[in-house]
Amino acid sequence: MSRIKEFNLPDLGEGLTEGEILSWLVKVGDIVELNQPIVEVETAKAAVEIPAKWAGRVQAIFHPEGTTVEVGTPIIAIDTDPDAGPIETPEAPSGAAGDLPTPSAASLAAVEVAPAEGMVEPGLIGGPAPGGRTAVLVGYGPRTTAAKRRPRKGVVPAQTATAAAAAPAQPAPTQPAATAAPAAPVVPAPAAPAGSNGHTATAGTVLAKPPVRKLAKDLGVDLRTLTGSGPLGSITREDVQRAATAATEPAPATATVTAAASFGADREQRVPVKGVRKLTAENMSRSAFTAPHVTEFLTVDVTRAMKALDRLRKRREWRDVRISPLLLVAKAVLLAVKRHPMINSTWAGDEIVVKEYVNLGIAAATERGLIVPNIKDAGRLSLRELADALTDLVQTAKAGRTSPADMSGGTLTITNVGVFGVDTGTPILPPGESAILAFGAIREMPWVHKGKVRPRQVTTLGLSFDHRIIDGELGSKFLRDVGDFLADPEAALLAWT
Amino acid sequence: MAKGDPGSTTRSRRAAPRSRKGAVGDPELVQLLTPDGERVDSVTGPDGTVYRVDFTDEEYRGLYRDLVLVRKLDAEATALQRQGELGIWASLLGQEAAQVGSGRALRPQDMAFPTYREHGVLYCRGIDPIMPLGLFRGVDQGGWDPNEFKFNMYTIVIGAQTLHATGYAMGVAMDGRTGTDDGEAVIAYFGDGASSQGDVNEAFVWAGVFNAPLVFFCQNNQYAISEPLERQTRIPLYQRAAGFGFPGVRVDGNDVLASYAVTRHALDNARHGQGPSLIEAYTYRMGAHTTSDDPTRYRIASEVEAWQAKDPIARMKAFLEKQKIADADFFAEVDEQAKRESVHLRERVLAMPDPEPTSLFDHVYPHGSPLLDQQREQFSRYLESFEGSAH
Repeated sequence: MSRIKEFNLPDLGEGLTEGEILSWLVKVGDIVELNQPIVEVETAKAAVEIPAKWAGRVQAIFHPEGTTVEVGTPIIAIDTDPDAGPIETPEAPSGAAGDLPTPSAASLAAVEVAPAEGMVEPGLIGGPAPGGRTAVLVGYGPRTTAAKRRPRKGVVPAQTATAAAAAPAQPAPTQPAATAAPAAPVVPAPAAPAGSNGHTATAGTVLAKPPVRKLAKDLGVDLRTLTGSGPLGSITREDVQRAATAATEPAPATATVTAAASFGADREQRVPVKGVRKLTAENMSRSAFTAPHVTEFLTVDVTRAMKALDRLRKRREWRDVRISPLLLVAKAVLLAVKRHPMINSTWAGDEIVVKEYVNLGIAAATERGLIVPNIKDAGRLSLRELADALTDLVQTAKAGRTSPADMSGGTLTITNVGVFGVDTGTPILPPGESAILAFGAIREMPWVHKGKVRPRQVTTLGLSFDHRIIDGELGSKFLRDVGDFLADPEAALLAWT
Repeated sequence: MAKGDPGSTTRSRRAAPRSRKGAVGDPELVQLLTPDGERVDSVTGPDGTVYRVDFTDEEYRGLYRDLVLVRKLDAEATALQRQGELGIWASLLGQEAAQVGSGRALRPQDMAFPTYREHGVLYCRGIDPIMPLGLFRGVDQGGWDPNEFKFNMYTIVIGAQTLHATGYAMGVAMDGRTGTDDGEAVIAYFGDGASSQGDVNEAFVWAGVFNAPLVFFCQNNQYAISEPLERQTRIPLYQRAAGFGFPGVRVDGNDVLASYAVTRHALDNARHGQGPSLIEAYTYRMGAHTTSDDPTRYRIASEVEAWQAKDPIARMKAFLEKQKIADADFFAEVDEQAKRESVHLRERVLAMPDPEPTSLFDHVYPHGSPLLDQQREQFSRYLESFEGSAH
């Protein structure tokens, strides 16, 4: 067989099933060269010459001119080594194209007459095509004939079960493979644990769209370390960018240190404005130049408040709660808002929106820069809940996992500049808010207490407010209330609640 | 001849023809080599640009060798399709000069966006000519690295690559990689049929407005499958460029020298930040649109014969002979090389392994995905379910 090669009629044009032999260009006994035209075949699309696939002598021609032959059927046999002597097969060539020898069994079986076609010339667009299909410009659409396939093995479920047992990560073994394939769209998050417990721990189960994965790869972010904020907990582009910014943008304090190393020859460094820096800049400019700010200051003796905090820490039910003076400031603000609701409002052009709920923003310096997450509806929280919310907010921010939702919708903000050791500031309003309280450092200072100069713990509060909404009187009353609470929390609580 | 840059060094002393305005026969056609193999020293294009080439004898012979090899390898691929070894093949027969001329005009840093017929350009980019055969045999996706060879994957969708090229070229400009002698230029290949596509016209708009460093290289082979040029346009295609605000020129696409000169000029303009241009390489598809097509159904024999007389290889051969740049030994040696390489190509195509059925899942995502892992698993088990399965 290696010497005699049979040539099967190929699919000459993208999905054809048959062709008519128009004319043989060679006869049995001819010596043919590689790629020498040997036969002209007309398909539904074109009449084409077929070049010889091998050089050699024509051994046999299986179909006369005018025959329609199915694709895949042998049409010619070529002796590829004609000089090697006689062939051992009994099938001797007869020397005439019309005198047909017996080809291999397959070729005989496949000979058939062209199916009756309609009035339209076969092969023209819209006309009938072989196999009952309709001709289109390119190809003939899907096949309608039944595909020939190897038979299926008898014991499919057993096979699957064995395979599944061997590989525990596979899905439900009771489902036969063939029906498993077109199963409903997989929702990986719930589906994964069904296969195996270990599955969720693999890197592959992180949900993220390919462009997001690419971005993460480019930015060097390990998706497994992120908590997704998208649908089904999938990781979004924003999640990745936030993580990348957190990893690459140093905190303001360290920025100056690292910057020193990267000054160019001109002793200037150009830091691209992007991410949190850019957002902060945009927000601050917008706020500073649209809302007319007024800032007032109040210095308060908070010694009693600090003592109250100490007592609180000693209580059994507060033992494992992290509390700081910020908690009391937050409580003071929330109580004062109840007494002066107009503080918690938004300038909306032709109206003022006063809010019953307080989404209390806490400005936080993080690795990524300044962010202002807020505690939703903080006015409804008990002191304990407020303490937990503050702790949670700070830890989330420090870990760089603050979500956009955490940062939107703030109504009133506290900025705790005291942690940096300064006394106070004139904060700029977050856009859409009407007041922001700066809380300075608590210092031991000489203070007149009960008629004598005593060392007392003192802090300075700074309140900026939008003068379009809040006049000096209201701002002052609000700041005074906050101060009163911090000066004597117990009394204020008794008096106001 | 050094691949990639044939037209620079010393000028040939043998060719000393006259300078002409316009070109023989068609004043709109830039031509440096007539169908009879007569050299034209320089030609002034419609916008006053003077086109000329200065090749060494070695480089002239190199271009001829390219043309012959490209045609022979293409013919082998056509034969392989007829023998059932390729699913389909889009032959470049007749368009060799347009492809080799423009392909050799590319500098190494230039990026090309081909259709599915740019086998000649692919060859000039130094890509193994077997690569597209794997694609049309259905055993791989093309296989070459577009970044390594600066030659994008074949695009089957008509005209889509012009938008890809425009975006890429705008990126080149935004990266600041234009404006110098070693700047990057981009070339987008398409045909006369594609010129009717929305994509191509959108690409013209964007490239024009954003001054993209892009050369639109239209091989006008006169037919969009069966639709003749007169049903694609009422004006010469190159004149459309004016409406989009960049220059257009028509070149004799069967003249490898003119194709080189015009493309090199347009690419250099682009790389220097002068913006896009349109080249209409006026040529003829001597074969079928693809192996699935029968051109005798829609065009007449006399038209084909008329173009046969303008054959790109015949005129180059006549020129080399007349100017005694090459002798019979050279031509025989080139033919021998072409035969050798085509036989080698055939052997390698026939030896191409069928891909593993499950490799279908391998290149969807660079690092896989759980869903694909699951599908691969299911597909493997499906394959295993057949009798006599090797899996």
